Amino acid sequence: MGLNIIVLAKQVPDTRNVGKDAMKADGTVNRAALPAIFNPEDLNALEQALRLKDKYKGTTVTILTMGPGRAADIIREGLYRGADKGYLLTDRAFAGSDTLATSYAISRALLKLDKVDLIIAGRQAIDGDTAQVGPQVAEKLGMPQITYAEEVISADKGKIVVKRRLERGVETVESPLPAVITVNSSAPPCRPRNAKLLMKYKHAKTITESQNASEDYLDLTADRPFLNIPEMSVNDIDADPKWLGLSGSPTKVKQIENIVFQAKESKQLTADDKDINELMKELISNHTIG
Amino acid sequence: MNNVFVICEIDEGKVADVSLELLTKGRTLANELKCKLEAVALGHNIEGIEKELYSYGADVVHVGDDKRLDPYTTLPHTAVITGLFEEEKPQIALLGATTFGRDLGPRVSSALQSGLTADCTSLEIGDHVDKKAGKTYKDLLYQIRPAFGGNIVATIINPDCRPQMATVREGVMKKEIYDKNYKGKLNKLDVDKYIKPEDLVVKVIERHMEKSKVNIKNASIIVSGGYGMGSKENFDMLFELADVIGAEVGASRAAVDAGFASHDRQVGQTGVTVRPKLYIACGISGQIQHVAGMEDSSMIIAVNNDPNAPINKIADYVITGDVAEIIPKMIKYYKQNTK
Repeated sequence: MGLNIIVLAKQVPDTRNVGKDAMKADGTVNRAALPAIFNPEDLNALEQALRLKDKYKGTTVTILTMGPGRAADIIREGLYRGADKGYLLTDRAFAGSDTLATSYAISRALLKLDKVDLIIAGRQAIDGDTAQVGPQVAEKLGMPQITYAEEVISADKGKIVVKRRLERGVETVESPLPAVITVNSSAPPCRPRNAKLLMKYKHAKTITESQNASEDYLDLTADRPFLNIPEMSVNDIDADPKWLGLSGSPTKVKQIENIVFQAKESKQLTADDKDINELMKELISNHTIG
Repeated sequence: MNNVFVICEIDEGKVADVSLELLTKGRTLANELKCKLEAVALGHNIEGIEKELYSYGADVVHVGDDKRLDPYTTLPHTAVITGLFEEEKPQIALLGATTFGRDLGPRVSSALQSGLTADCTSLEIGDHVDKKAGKTYKDLLYQIRPAFGGNIVATIINPDCRPQMATVREGVMKKEIYDKNYKGKLNKLDVDKYIKPEDLVVKVIERHMEKSKVNIKNASIIVSGGYGMGSKENFDMLFELADVIGAEVGASRAAVDAGFASHDRQVGQTGVTVRPKLYIACGISGQIQHVAGMEDSSMIIAVNNDPNAPINKIADYVITGDVAEIIPKMIKYYKQNTK
């Protein structure tokens, strides 16, 4: 008797490595220059799910991601690492969603999946750092939430025990299933791709992707249904359009500003002994240090 | 009705610093909006906690004192706050961006279908004209926060939904006693009215809290290292320098991600905001996300091999060169000159 686990994952621009070419001449962010990656903490979440799959026979791990068509990349990435299946929730109607509208769409999609025992997400995504979607999905589904999880200790007999990492220590909590948990980066990193799974799922595609592929590909999927990555749109999730996208988002962006540093008049020093010696003397004499 | 609320975090019977910082900010906002400042404090055995909150300017303190509210779990807290907010209809609700506020805030905002902006670095009152709808909104809360990994700053508003909710990290706002004799009104909450049996399904079975050993927030000198330190070994030189000059060691997010330093040392938008008298930034390029957390330092020394590193623009002293060479020299000449 295994668990039916859903991992919520997001494809994000790699904001940690913003180089010089990431800013356009007009000072705006050049998203195209940033590689799209699997949100780091969602990989920690996937690892927790895969560990439960290793531990409890019959457990399935399904990835659900919301985003544009290219977000299918992270579903494939998840399949290579051991997930069983993935759904891409994609529709223009989701554009402009804030965390609440996103959570609404995801919760409607989750209601369409087979009985879900456990939902695992990363604590937060690096493009927004809000940490809101996990708890909001939990609230929309009326499930308990366990945030800042570092380790799922057990998940059986309808109960889950989770170790949380807080500012000043750890806490172990127990919750009934189904529940939503969000996982910290302090949790173990995700296992790498598995070579066999990479071969198996290399050609996994969404419907939209396969329509753009060659006819040979259609023959290929006919006897390999696992290569099909199902897409879900607004019409598949019984969503009320007024709670989606911009209209479903209470928060609006009023203004965006690029950061420009106010340049200070700074003293230039070198690594020479003389310079460092002078600096230390100065800091000591004006009581900055010492 | 329609007042400014601060949801206080109570930690072992004590109000968290971040909540007092938010009361100070909330007082300013309430004065500007000509409304009251109200505080919510939930916990157990917290009789008398309102007194401290009054001194930070709270006009009304709602206290829920019940064993089901300690230790903190999401659902009973959400039930009490959501119920109270439905009655009181705050226009603004603020929480600390701690594990407490970032667990509770989104749950409450979802239950009330109101917007929440995480990790604001500034809160202001202002108007907004929606040209498309031909509507003017007066006295909205401008929730200002870095976004996109700290490369841009966004001003977020919630035109139509209430309360306008925001979280703010510890140390970002200044904590200041408003009037130590200020007297507000106590409202003892009947929590039975809000908490249902199904809110009690999550149980804390074990808790190990320790006093944080790292105290970069209150350090007067911080030696901080970034990814440019190159290795854990090089990073460890900063501890040596810090030890010699009496400083704490900080780190950028990149250095923490690379495993050079522990998370509680992280300075910046997703870490701690600091205002030391001296900040020595070593091998830190100066991404906004870091600078946002240290730019108010009285003096900044940047040590970097890139003469064009953004951090140099805000530094008082720029030392260009190899950190692994410069730091031992700083130690050496400090010792020599203090003999």
